[in-house]
Amino acid sequence: MRSATKFLSLAVLGFAMLMGGLASPTNAGEVPRPNPAKAFKGTQCVEPVDVMRREHMNFLTHQRDETLREGIRGQKYSLNECIDCHAVTSPDVMDGKVRTLKPFCAECHSYAAVSIDCFQCHTGAAAPGNGQTSPSLPTSALPNGHPAVAVPTTEGETAQ
Amino acid sequence: MSDNTLNARQTIDAAKRNFLKAGAKATAAIAVVTLAPGVTLYSVGAKAAVTGPATSERRWGMLIDATAPGDIWDIAVDACKAEQGWGGGNNPATDPQWIRKVSVKDPKTGAKATLPVMCQHCENPPCVDVCPTGASMKRADGIVLVDKHICIGCRYCMMACPYSCRSFVHEDVTGQKPHMPRGKGTVESCTLCVHRIDKGQLPACVEAVTNAGSDAMLFGDLNDPNSDISRAVSQYVTQRIRQDLGVEPSVHYRGI
Repeated sequence: MRSATKFLSLAVLGFAMLMGGLASPTNAGEVPRPNPAKAFKGTQCVEPVDVMRREHMNFLTHQRDETLREGIRGQKYSLNECIDCHAVTSPDVMDGKVRTLKPFCAECHSYAAVSIDCFQCHTGAAAPGNGQTSPSLPTSALPNGHPAVAVPTTEGETAQ
Repeated sequence: MSDNTLNARQTIDAAKRNFLKAGAKATAAIAVVTLAPGVTLYSVGAKAAVTGPATSERRWGMLIDATAPGDIWDIAVDACKAEQGWGGGNNPATDPQWIRKVSVKDPKTGAKATLPVMCQHCENPPCVDVCPTGASMKRADGIVLVDKHICIGCRYCMMACPYSCRSFVHEDVTGQKPHMPRGKGTVESCTLCVHRIDKGQLPACVEAVTNAGSDAMLFGDLNDPNSDISRAVSQYVTQRIRQDLGVEPSVHYRGI
């Protein structure tokens, strides 16, 4: 009797779970996979994409100390050059008139629940002469049909 | 960890990962070639014109002529604000202040002078001595900086500075300059425009005052006996504020 009750309750539970799974639309609770925008300019990053995905934080952390504390400038990795290529427009920032890096970073970082505090101090906004090796970029005008547009962010952005 | 060790580790990690993925299909080629352990060649993204590191062969300093008309220092202060992106707050008691115009008067003789005071970039900086995290630091060429990456905002350096030249950022900052990240909860001060010096330019205040047709600010290498500033400090009697403290500032003044 006791085992029958247990079996019954398990069966009911299983049925409920099955129905619950069927009733919901496909993957309704799943967070969408990150889909960062293509680079604003250039086709080749300073490292292959898979290296950048795993190591970008080490490159930046390592080099920031050399830049600030030792005065070595113009090395391979540069946050300002990240901005040059990867900053995107977002409706949350200056009505989408200025390219800024934070929505690009947030695309993966909010998916992975990794908080970054670079932009508490660093401006993410693209400005003329940001990167040392690249020509000046317009701060407001984007080329027509360029893919680097409007990555939605979930976080509130302050105008930069 | 040295550069080479770091690069080698990354190369190995990438190679492992690619080996595991290789069963399915070829993956993106790693554009890194390891010649020997610790020796790595990069084939992409190589950039020319790496400058630095800063060395102790140079000792950047400044000579300020306090006998110049006081108005000129407003130009220097405004140039600093524009270059570094501070100022514009509405709370004078706590707003950051990297450089300020100070008027002094000898109570006995009534003689007056007006001079700008900013970080004096001491040879023996007390702010560096007291910093509990190592954020307050002196570069090899004598420029005293705050590494805001590791500054915890304790403000001990502000207490230690004999010149009251450091400020704490009390409020959120927006619209920072790309070369000068600034943020709430850290301490900041004059950087001697280190980003400009590293490019071979003058500090913004010196450039602005010079462009205004004044020679009241002179910037250069105190270690180079042939530099303008070295000649000037050997020619004129100059003074540094509170020389008795022995902190050896690199900012010299005339006429105080």
